[in-house]
Amino acid sequence: MKPPRKNTSLNDAPSAPWYKKLRWDWTMLALIIPITVTVSLIFPDKGERVADISWSFLLEMVYILPAVLILMGLFAVWVSREVVVRYLGAGSGIKGLLLSMILGALPTGPLYVAFPMGAMLIGKGARIANVMAFLSAWACIKIPQELMEIQFLGWRFAATRLLLTASLIGVMCLFAELIYKRLPEKETGEKKPSLPTQ
Amino acid sequence: MSPTAIVINSLVCLALLFSLLKSRKKTLKGLKIAWKAAGKMLPAVLLVIVVIGLFLGFVSPSFISDVLGKSSGLLGVAIAAVLGSVLFIPAILAFPMGASLMQSGASIMSVAAFITTLTMVGFIFIPVEVKELGKRFTLIRNGFSFIAAIIIAILMGLIL
Repeated sequence: MKPPRKNTSLNDAPSAPWYKKLRWDWTMLALIIPITVTVSLIFPDKGERVADISWSFLLEMVYILPAVLILMGLFAVWVSREVVVRYLGAGSGIKGLLLSMILGALPTGPLYVAFPMGAMLIGKGARIANVMAFLSAWACIKIPQELMEIQFLGWRFAATRLLLTASLIGVMCLFAELIYKRLPEKETGEKKPSLPTQ
Repeated sequence: MSPTAIVINSLVCLALLFSLLKSRKKTLKGLKIAWKAAGKMLPAVLLVIVVIGLFLGFVSPSFISDVLGKSSGLLGVAIAAVLGSVLFIPAILAFPMGASLMQSGASIMSVAAFITTLTMVGFIFIPVEVKELGKRFTLIRNGFSFIAAIIIAILMGLIL
């Protein structure tokens, strides 16, 4: 078996250091495939098990991943970030918390795009607890992710974890807000939340 | 194909059909985004598949159930939670990994802790979060997330 693409070559790195050009995922794959093949040849019985297990996981991925990705793509075109921002900060009390979580659960991008949105919200005077709920939901409750969880860990596991996570995020954010307000601002070297430049 | 996969695929097909009826252009754009994301994820997906194969093929289930199984109790949960906070694996791939751990004898508690910290506590995102929202916010949010993840894990173990 040939490793896919090896971009570890030291020669073709004129300006940036070579390790910065490395894509960790391809590199790891290029390293692990020869290792797997060698080890499997040394221990044939275990190698067979490795191949069986990898194959069955590959099949499971093939069954579910296209659907998950298509759903993400559809969300990306139908629910824009502007829509999320428009509804964020609306509602108060439990309703506000829930709304923040639901908006956070929409798959609208990686976590780091949510941070400037959170900063902007604080700047606009949104409740700390709501912003925390929004970011936490963004990080760990995503609609397409839940599909993967159901597929691999089952309905019961996924539903229980989702319910627990949502309720704990709610409680946690209220506590976190209390502590946030008690901690002195100066010592943390925090800049005033400003409007994001993006 | 499992019934779950069939249900999920039919639902997504339905959503796709509905989207096509509403706007062809937007749907095509969405499919393009999905295609691009697939290309980006491909190496990580293959990597996870090979790692799971190696892991289940070579690491003995008795070792995993010793470290992360029911008998390991809270220590196993703590190990899983720390692993989940430090590792950086795309969330979508966390679930097959969790499933492989469970297959080889890890307890529900440990798997829940692993998945929850993996998604909720992002060590590699901390610098960005500090920059945007300040140290105070970041430390409190990540600290509380870690604690919440452990509570979630323990409750999962008790319920399921």
